[in-house]
Amino acid sequence: MKNYDSIRHTRGESLFVDDIASPEGTLFGYVFYSSVAHGKILNLDFSNAWYVDGIKGIFSAKDIPGENQIGGIVRDENLFAEDTVHFIGHPIALVVAETFLQAHEAVKKIKCEFEKLPAVFDPREAAAKDQLIVKPRIFSLGNVDDAWNSCDYVFEGSAESGGQEHLYLETQASLAFPIEGGGIKIISSTQGPTTVQRTAAQVLALPMHKIEVDVIRLGGGFGGKEDQATPWAVMAALAALKLNAPVKLILPRQEDIRITGKRHPYSSDFKIGLTKDGKIIAYEATYYQNAGAAADLSPAILDRTLFHCTNSYFIPNVKATALSCRTNLTPFTAFRGFGGPQGMFVIESAIHKAAQKMGVDPSVIQKKNLLNEGDEFPYGQKTLNCHIKKCYEEVETRYNPKEIYQRIAEFNEKNKLVKKGAAIIPVTFGISFTTTFLNQASALVHLYTDGSVSVSSAAIEMGQGVNEKLRMIAANELSISIERIKIESTNTSRASNTSATAASKGTDLNGFAVIDACKILIERLRKVASEELKQTNPEKIEFKNEIVFHAGEKTGLTFSKLVKAAYSKRISLTAQAHHSTPNIYFDTKVNKGEPFAYHTYGTAIVEVTLDCLRGIYKVDSVKVVHDFGETINRTIDLSQAEGGIVQGIGWMTCEELKWNNEGKLLTDSLSTYKVPDIYAVPKEIKIHFLENVPNPFGPNKSKAIGEPPFMYGIGAYFALVNAMKAFNPNLDLNYSAPLTPEKVLLTLYNKRQIGRE
Amino acid sequence: MIEFILNNAHIISDVLPTTVLLDFIRKEKKLTGTKEGCREGDCGACIVLIGRLINNKVIYKSANSCLVPLGDIHGKHVVTVEGFNQAELSPIQSAIADEGGTQCGFCTPGFVVSMTGYFLSNSSLNSSSAVESLGGNICRCTGYAGIKRATEIGILTYEKNKSQKKTHLENLIDLKFVPDYFSSIKDKLNHLNSDIFRKVRQSETKTLIAGGTDLYVQKWESLVRGQADLFSGKKNLSGISIEGDQIKIGAYTTIEEIKSSELLQKYFHQWNYYLNLFGSLPIRNRATVGGNIVNASPIGDMTNILLALDATVHLTDGTKKHQILLRNFYTGYKTLEKKKHEIVEAISFPIPAKNFLFNYEKVSKRTYLDIASVNSSIYLEMKNGKIFTIRISAGGVAPVPFFLKQTCTYLLKKEITTDTIIEAGQIAQQEINPISDARGSAEYKRLLLRQLFYAHFIKLFPQQIDLEKLL
Ligand SMILES: Cc1cc2nc3c(=O)[nH]c(=O)nc-3n(C[C@H](O)[C@H](O)[C@H](O)COP(=O)(O)OP(=O)(O)OC[C@H]3O[C@@H](n4cnc5c(N)ncnc54)[C@H](O)[C@@H]3O)c2cc1C
Ligand code: FES
Ligand code: FES
Repeated sequence: MKNYDSIRHTRGESLFVDDIASPEGTLFGYVFYSSVAHGKILNLDFSNAWYVDGIKGIFSAKDIPGENQIGGIVRDENLFAEDTVHFIGHPIALVVAETFLQAHEAVKKIKCEFEKLPAVFDPREAAAKDQLIVKPRIFSLGNVDDAWNSCDYVFEGSAESGGQEHLYLETQASLAFPIEGGGIKIISSTQGPTTVQRTAAQVLALPMHKIEVDVIRLGGGFGGKEDQATPWAVMAALAALKLNAPVKLILPRQEDIRITGKRHPYSSDFKIGLTKDGKIIAYEATYYQNAGAAADLSPAILDRTLFHCTNSYFIPNVKATALSCRTNLTPFTAFRGFGGPQGMFVIESAIHKAAQKMGVDPSVIQKKNLLNEGDEFPYGQKTLNCHIKKCYEEVETRYNPKEIYQRIAEFNEKNKLVKKGAAIIPVTFGISFTTTFLNQASALVHLYTDGSVSVSSAAIEMGQGVNEKLRMIAANELSISIERIKIESTNTSRASNTSATAASKGTDLNGFAVIDACKILIERLRKVASEELKQTNPEKIEFKNEIVFHAGEKTGLTFSKLVKAAYSKRISLTAQAHHSTPNIYFDTKVNKGEPFAYHTYGTAIVEVTLDCLRGIYKVDSVKVVHDFGETINRTIDLSQAEGGIVQGIGWMTCEELKWNNEGKLLTDSLSTYKVPDIYAVPKEIKIHFLENVPNPFGPNKSKAIGEPPFMYGIGAYFALVNAMKAFNPNLDLNYSAPLTPEKVLLTLYNKRQIGRE
Repeated sequence: MIEFILNNAHIISDVLPTTVLLDFIRKEKKLTGTKEGCREGDCGACIVLIGRLINNKVIYKSANSCLVPLGDIHGKHVVTVEGFNQAELSPIQSAIADEGGTQCGFCTPGFVVSMTGYFLSNSSLNSSSAVESLGGNICRCTGYAGIKRATEIGILTYEKNKSQKKTHLENLIDLKFVPDYFSSIKDKLNHLNSDIFRKVRQSETKTLIAGGTDLYVQKWESLVRGQADLFSGKKNLSGISIEGDQIKIGAYTTIEEIKSSELLQKYFHQWNYYLNLFGSLPIRNRATVGGNIVNASPIGDMTNILLALDATVHLTDGTKKHQILLRNFYTGYKTLEKKKHEIVEAISFPIPAKNFLFNYEKVSKRTYLDIASVNSSIYLEMKNGKIFTIRISAGGVAPVPFFLKQTCTYLLKKEITTDTIIEAGQIAQQEINPISDARGSAEYKRLLLRQLFYAHFIKLFPQQIDLEKLL
């Protein structure tokens, strides 16, 4: 059975925002933004822009009828800069013209003078100046201060991880047009339709019901369209309202890279204490999150760094402090893993450092400290159905790391200029929005009289396959052919007050809502069936493969007949259900609670080959054992895992964001910002689905899959470091990702230290 | 007027010849399967096939439609993803869907086109050359694993089911890799009126577009306003031949043509490997050697190689011709010994001597489809154990494509020893002057050039170099 989205994709028939036939007279927008990282706007002069042919409007802060505010968690971000700009790329105005070229031409003619103000780009410097987005957040367990004395070893160090551009293949895109009654309809490539709706309402001073947001699908999101699709959609809506005309705003690639947020760069310090035999007694870490110029989702991301500060290990004494530091770069935002990968990179660095100093392989320390059933995380939740050891051990039996290490040692012995390295990386990732109230979703299911079915929910399809999974869930619940089921676009008129499709929770939340809605319909249909069959007990009615059974006996009644009968009996064939994840909570005063519905687990072993003459490398293999629960769709889950791994490897290796001293992004195009291509990916990716691990907390016993595999990429970093050490055992090693060919070469030849210490 | 076949439709259009093919397809023809992901030739979402009649056969090449001027497809067949759609999925489409080779779907049409193009232009199939044909397609979602599986399945399907009695194209049609109308394209192209499109004459005020792979990235917005001429009209400027003691390459010859030239492969055994590092297949299908040289990028790869081969640039202003050594062609950052209205007709270089040695090195952040941080080529002739002729180029370390003149002078007549190489490497360091930019810090580029310089000798003289001492 093919995924119907996939079929359309391969035929080029799937519609993205820019593919939708634009309404007659659609105008085009182009954003004018700040060219300085921090400054006062002295003079803003649009006069020359107005001479450009086809120009229809120029909108800036003063044209906003409502509030000039788009901040979600913290109200600290305006749609258009007012008197000060806070980063290069800070939007100042939207120019609208008859064609894209005219709009761009006009933008080039805008004159804006700035008085430069001091700018900060380094999160530690920002912290030193007390430029924090929110108060420092601290998670703790046990007491580290008392614990250091009982450690045989204590090591300290620092670790840096770089930002990451989402590089969704479809850039930010929206089309807004006026609808009857003074409202606006927005077609947007957003993960958060309600966020767009709410923000547009606020900016345009309209009630939310006058803003309708519709999302067909996204050409990739990865978190980059969770909050950051909003400003462009709202700008288009503003212009559409003001001009009473359809307005399309699609960011050209280079502008998208320059002005939208990315994964947060982090700079962190760690201190780790262990016993002689590698048991971790205490761990302390301080994370300096580079939040950029506005809060965006930074505080929530900061929290997830803390939630995952100990990765897959039980550590009795932990103190983890996280600071969200305001700098003059684009506001950084959600990206697959949501701060988790940054936290895990630090603990893995600490373990690597300890292992180096103790003269053991990091896997020795990893294994000693893996979570057991009932172990407590620093945030108070205890593991339940914990499979991390199973995964780790399964990696050992399936892929035989001992043999791999042996083979590598022999290879390295024989080769001077080429070295190999390997590393194991366990991953434990909590599933749920850690902001508890977001864990809700709704579904609306219509049965039509011809037996076809329409399903609407809050889930956004962005490649993760949620549409197909929901189809399968609905088909299963209704016991009908999947062909009958269509998943509708995500629309704020059909799904209200939605949470963004994020946190890997799309299928879980919406899947349960779909199940509940289907159950309501099944209940009604049972009653109708028992009446039709002249039976008194609806309990005895069952549905199997479109056929009605009574007391286990096949009847002549089919699904289509039943639906028609229900309609004639004036029974509602529409059901709506709301689902909220039960039993989760988190108390942010004490930072304890049960924030996650469950955890997902997995372990990977990564092998690399390093050309020590040129500093270039290849990832040879990534071999994984992963806990998918009971997979709903194997093809989708496998592809999610493979894609996540490659993106994680990109983050750790070739994807590098570079800014100049003025805060201008230098790697602002695909020619300078390099994501993995087909050659750069591991020659071999093997993924074993851990067997017999039904997840009681997921729809149809499944587990979320979006984010966790990303973190296997961290293994590539340490495998590379190990290969480097084989070439130069006296390597002056600090932990700094991405490990670009540049860093590799400079470090191999001790030209410069990696990162700080 | 521009006349061509788009999928199965005959098109006659009077839009400007500099119009971007991608825009024409999406906006004029509403074929939205072809996507725009970057407009810089780096994502492949816009890839289409361009079929051209050569010796009465239709030869298909992939191209990034975001960089192709419409005028260039006059008289040709353009195929977009829609052009492969049949009632059922083609084996390629089907395999991509089955193997998890698509997620968000934005890159997928580009992959379908590249992959189908691979089948159309190769009758002997294997997965490594198939991967090469996908080198210009970026997918951010799948990690390519499903795409690779799909490629293998496509190849197996073809190999298992093809009939020996049929031509390759007939097999592809029978097995539904491409729709039947492909069989009629040859005749249709033969009947296109190739004269309708008149190229505007070269003028001093307009930019000349060859492959457009630099120009459309740099300034498509001004080109589409008509401020450019196309090179495609200038006949006889492509091809590779021997003229006297020189090998001559027409300026309009594409990098892919150069890469697959049997003549050049005969001299340079690793030629294919070297030029595989240049852009991607669809870029190489369009990029010309003339464009590479005139664009004057300090890290131009073809230029780098040609510098070490002691190439000469042949210029003409339409009436007067003159020649200049490539080494002397560059006067400063992107400034040339060339008058605005002169065009490069050809590049030539001496046929390599009998026992010559050659090596080319390129390091970039990503090995494929990336611009070099530093590149370097070396050409060497030895006589009686001593260096008789030596030419080394270095890209990315100066404002111009650089020739390591002093280093070469030093090495001349020397024996190859580790000490000599170390010494020469130090001279090279004094000659160069790299700057820090997106492709690396100055410090890195210095170190990297040293390494690549060493790499030449480690590769060419493995016996004479003491690695312990060198590194
Ligand atoms: C995605 C991508 C990847 C790339 N990768 C590489 C790479 O790996 N290595 C590399 O070296 N380059 C690379 N390039 C750059 C580019 O492809 C090459 O420089 C190419 O050779 C340019 O040739 P063209 O015919 O496309 O030039 P055009 O863009 O048509 O022209 C470039 C310049 O040369 C002038 N010109 C062209 N031909 C002549 C002539 N005969 N006489 C006078 N002037 C002329 C034009 O007027 C223009 O100024 C890449 C480009 C892209 C978009
Ligand atoms: S749009 Fe990206 S290569 Fe053309
Ligand atoms: S499927 Fe999303 S970019 Fe390839």
